[in-house]
Amino acid sequence: MTVPAIDVRGLVKRYGQRTVVDHVDLRIMPGRICGFLGPNGSGKTTTLRMICGLLTPDGGEGRCLGHDIITERDAIKAQAGYMTQRFGLYEDLTIRQNLEFVGRLYRLRNLREVVDAALERLGLATRQHQLTGGLSGGWKQRLALAACVLHQPKLLLLDEPTAGVDPKARRAFWDEIHALAAEGITVLVSTHYMDEAERCHEIAYIAYGKLMARGTADEIIAASGLSALVATGPGADRLAPRLRDIEGITAAAAFGTTLHVCGPDNAALWAAVAPYRGDGLHWEEASPTLEDVFIHLMGRARDNALEAA
Amino acid sequence: MTDFLARLWAMIVKEALQLRRDRPTFAMMFAMPIMQLVLFGFAINADPKGLPTAVLISEHSQLSRSLVSALENTGYFTITRQAATEAEADELLQRGEVQFVVTIPADLTRKLVRGEKPQLAVEADATDPATTGPAMNAVNQAVAQTLARELSGPLAVHRPTEQPVEVVLHRRYNPEGITRYNIVPGLLGVILTMTMVMMTALAVTRERERGTMENLLAMPVKPIEVMAGKIAPYILIGAVQVFVVITAAELLFGVPFVGSYVVFGVATLLFITINLAIGFAFSTVSQNQLQAMQMSMFFLLPSILLSGFAFPFRGMPGWAQAIGEVIPTTHFLRIVRGVMLKGATAAQMSEELAVLGLMLVVVVALAVSRYKVTLD
Repeated sequence: MTVPAIDVRGLVKRYGQRTVVDHVDLRIMPGRICGFLGPNGSGKTTTLRMICGLLTPDGGEGRCLGHDIITERDAIKAQAGYMTQRFGLYEDLTIRQNLEFVGRLYRLRNLREVVDAALERLGLATRQHQLTGGLSGGWKQRLALAACVLHQPKLLLLDEPTAGVDPKARRAFWDEIHALAAEGITVLVSTHYMDEAERCHEIAYIAYGKLMARGTADEIIAASGLSALVATGPGADRLAPRLRDIEGITAAAAFGTTLHVCGPDNAALWAAVAPYRGDGLHWEEASPTLEDVFIHLMGRARDNALEAA
Repeated sequence: MTDFLARLWAMIVKEALQLRRDRPTFAMMFAMPIMQLVLFGFAINADPKGLPTAVLISEHSQLSRSLVSALENTGYFTITRQAATEAEADELLQRGEVQFVVTIPADLTRKLVRGEKPQLAVEADATDPATTGPAMNAVNQAVAQTLARELSGPLAVHRPTEQPVEVVLHRRYNPEGITRYNIVPGLLGVILTMTMVMMTALAVTRERERGTMENLLAMPVKPIEVMAGKIAPYILIGAVQVFVVITAAELLFGVPFVGSYVVFGVATLLFITINLAIGFAFSTVSQNQLQAMQMSMFFLLPSILLSGFAFPFRGMPGWAQAIGEVIPTTHFLRIVRGVMLKGATAAQMSEELAVLGLMLVVVVALAVSRYKVTLD
């Protein structure tokens, strides 16, 4: 039996009265890319930090790469790479100097060759003596990733690595992640982008500190039991604000000139949109998107949180 | 005009709100003046009294006892030691244990009776002219008054109009009473305190502010490694500063350097490291660079005022001296002045060196324990 790269149970983190992470279980097998999704402030970063030993959990236990996340932090740090949400390298060092610094901390042998290879792979060899602060956001992210994998970690924890990065750079970034996973590296990556979620092998969705869904994108959509409808026709997109608060509809959003609505019950959904049929509007069944599911889950998590309070 | 006032008001409200949230700065604005008031008002005294004095009495007579008590009665001298030999008296002076040595010769009374003008010697550790000045000025009058009183009755014939005893005032180590001899070596301590503490005080907070701390913590580097690594380059900078100050002292100001460069070097290295470690400790407890700067300033003030740099240490009241004793600069100044001006040896400075060593251990332990390997 293969040992999971990440296997944590019942992780809890509290800040004062607020429970930021509430009994989260997470199990990821080696070589998998797991997308970690959830609204802002849902506890993604806190969970990542607990897994890589940067925060001490207030409850729960677990192992990361076979090491205890509380007592064997140093062993985890040596074998994992953690990319912080905010750029964590030194802007007043050159690109090469940053990589060399990281390499020395991990006591890499053949430092010069390792850094040369990393620069080559990044395509930054010609700019290696530039100050890091002058790089664009996309390049900074790729450099940060290169620094994280310099010591050939078995696990990568990436905290919103592509926030504020243009689509082309994002694609390059994800190609890199898939290449790393193909080499057997396990990746846990938090993100807000649905297209990125769909590029993951599996997804974990967290809201208000609670893990709400787990599985592949298709599994999560299927398990949600949501139905969705799409309306086309004149003025369809402008109906969104009016439909949003109607019983039976959890989300209504305009996509270009079309309108996308969804709800937990197919019959109730049709009933809800009944007054808006006709007038040249054409309604038809559609498959719910991952975004629909997440907005639905978020609403449910919020209701739970309010009930508990 | 109303537009101007409206926007001005918006700015004022914003600034006031931000200032109110910045508690440390707020506290500093009130703590700083209070601290200065207390230090300048109560601690500083330009007319130091009760200075420790050793007596070397070779003649135990009514007259010698009277002379000693006359000196004590001036308030400037407190007899703390009885030296048996000249060498012992010298040692006490050099180690800085006493400020003065009063020597009463063996044949004081006999010479006096013969009208030979015996010598009464008062030797002062004059490295700091401000400390010894007022006391030295009081000696002659005290002796004259005592003689006038003592030489009555049968000895009245020996009471001529001229002073019958020659008072020899001997300003050791700084015979001309040049203030800069004392200030320049002291300045070395202040400059190092100022720059070294501030340099490293910013070290960890800068990482935190720029967001590089989290990245650093995620990598396998230990607190002592971070600390030693951040401190090491500044030791070199400190060494260069010392070299510049000492060269300037010698070339520009003609300050003598009579002691051992080795003892001086060891003490300086120790002192630089302590200051860097203190800065690092500040760095671990402050939230941002501004706070770290403020803490450095807060530390610098007593280092200047209570260390004996700006004002005579022995002139301060007991509580201020007690605070001064826990400030590294105080001990460093004693060593530097002792070595440079008085030629003190390592053995003579061993106590001060040991205190600095102890301080280093305490500060490093504190700083390392305060540096967190997690973000908790």
